[in-house]
Amino acid sequence: MSDLRELYQEVILDHSRKPRNFRVLEHARCANGYNPLCGDRVSIFLDIERGVIREVSFQGTGCAISTASASMMTEALKGKTLEEAQRLFGLFHDLVTTGSERAEEALGKLAAFEGVREFPVRVKCATLPWHTFRAAAEGKADEPVRTE
Amino acid sequence: MTALPRAEVKTLDLARLRAEFPILARTVHGRPLAYLDNAASTQKPRAVIEAISRFYAEGYANVHRGVHLLSAEATAAYDQVREKVAALIGAGDPAECVFVRGTTEGINLVAQTFGRTRVGAGDEVLITAMEHHSNLVPWQMLCDAKGATLRVVPMTDSGDLRLDQLERMLTSRTRLLALVQVSNALGTVNPVRRITEMAHAAGVPVLVDGAQAVARMPVDVRELGCDFYAFSGHKLYGPTGIGILWGRREHLDSMQPWQGGGDMIRHVTFERTTYNDVPYKFEAGTPDIAGVIGLGAAVDWLQSLGLSAVAAHERDLLGRAIAALEEIPQVRQIGTAAERAGLVSFVVEGIHAHDVGTVLDSHGVAVRAGHHCAYPVMERMGVPATVRASFAVYNTAQEIGALAAGVRAALELFGGSRR
Repeated sequence: MSDLRELYQEVILDHSRKPRNFRVLEHARCANGYNPLCGDRVSIFLDIERGVIREVSFQGTGCAISTASASMMTEALKGKTLEEAQRLFGLFHDLVTTGSERAEEALGKLAAFEGVREFPVRVKCATLPWHTFRAAAEGKADEPVRTE
Repeated sequence: MTALPRAEVKTLDLARLRAEFPILARTVHGRPLAYLDNAASTQKPRAVIEAISRFYAEGYANVHRGVHLLSAEATAAYDQVREKVAALIGAGDPAECVFVRGTTEGINLVAQTFGRTRVGAGDEVLITAMEHHSNLVPWQMLCDAKGATLRVVPMTDSGDLRLDQLERMLTSRTRLLALVQVSNALGTVNPVRRITEMAHAAGVPVLVDGAQAVARMPVDVRELGCDFYAFSGHKLYGPTGIGILWGRREHLDSMQPWQGGGDMIRHVTFERTTYNDVPYKFEAGTPDIAGVIGLGAAVDWLQSLGLSAVAAHERDLLGRAIAALEEIPQVRQIGTAAERAGLVSFVVEGIHAHDVGTVLDSHGVAVRAGHHCAYPVMERMGVPATVRASFAVYNTAQEIGALAAGVRAALELFGGSRR
């Protein structure tokens, strides 16, 4: 059970119950992510001006991990440059797969996802919103992002 | 479920039976394993594991080829399994049982041979709204290739097939009806015999996906009256990679081979090839010999228990599971058909199926959480995913208790419904 609490930390539960930035952004870049294994779907909306993320939001259905990850990602990305955002994605990916301490320190609130690495089948839940963000940033709206 | 003649039902010695499954002794996350993912695949008794191991250690050779003793022994053992399988499903002739990789391959074989010659432009193939992707996609592919139409017999909100609609949809254009006997996503038991009679009255042959049925209840293909019946060994306490396609002899005789190669031929020249008899003409290449041997051991093992006893035990487990989940107000069961078997599919208010699955796993309870390879079923039921607990002969009332306790723990962790 202690492992479970590590996975479902309070901040993650909170964001899964009350997702932030859960809305459509009109006239924004958008990409759709899809995990065929579990049917989770997420759409990421990005308003970018001169390389800076002015607004970011999401919609979709998914488990607590993917919903909280999308919600906390939108909070973390707002105001960041695209380069900073890519760097964060790299760090986040390291955190949920290898659990590097460097990543943990640099990620702030996002470090709450550290427990995911003990649950390999849930890694894709946590990273789906980020993969989808990257597709939106790169303007790949046509093909849904797949985790498989 | 059909009433069973009480006198024939043996009772199971559960403790002894469980001891035959080495894996049931292990723990997961520090808890005893409650394996409730049997609709995905069942665990293997020692009899199966040892039969495969013994075959490789003591009797292995290729079949239908060698002049030497080992090959003769392997061939005899291999062919004998066909007889065991025929007896299990009530097939009159062992030659009607074709060894395939599994249910999926069996259905594809029929689609690509029988289907290819029988279905043309403007024709229709009927399936039902509760099919697994394996009994949907092969027909879709066939219809696409032939310019035919795939029609879907609807079901009710509870997961019962709409027989009134089925009757109307069986027309002079219908070339085949393919349906599942026991739904892997809902647990619905379809009245196959009645359906077959309806289809045959309209001149339509019937393929039955028996993947979830054959290890759960006595199956008699002649009594069902169907034309084809496909199932997998690995859901029957046997190994993966082996399954059976049963077909009526007259159909199999009339069908073209599917794959070409060794064993399926009688005579080959560069100009032309004459094909072997059934079932060999559908078994090109060296088969999964050890898989067949393992399947034979699984069939023997299951027959020693008696399918009626297995069905009675699983019916008891299902009743307990339904009752235990009904006691939790936040749980909604998906699939409440009049006749159910083998599994409960459900959602928990405010908690995604994956999260329920993870909490259950941490309690040692293995379930499936997701769409169960049946997207259209999930869509029809208006849920993205469900939790599915599916039973086997070795499951216990305590394990049903662990399932319910795990669901309550998930509710506690997630604080009930919020969103």
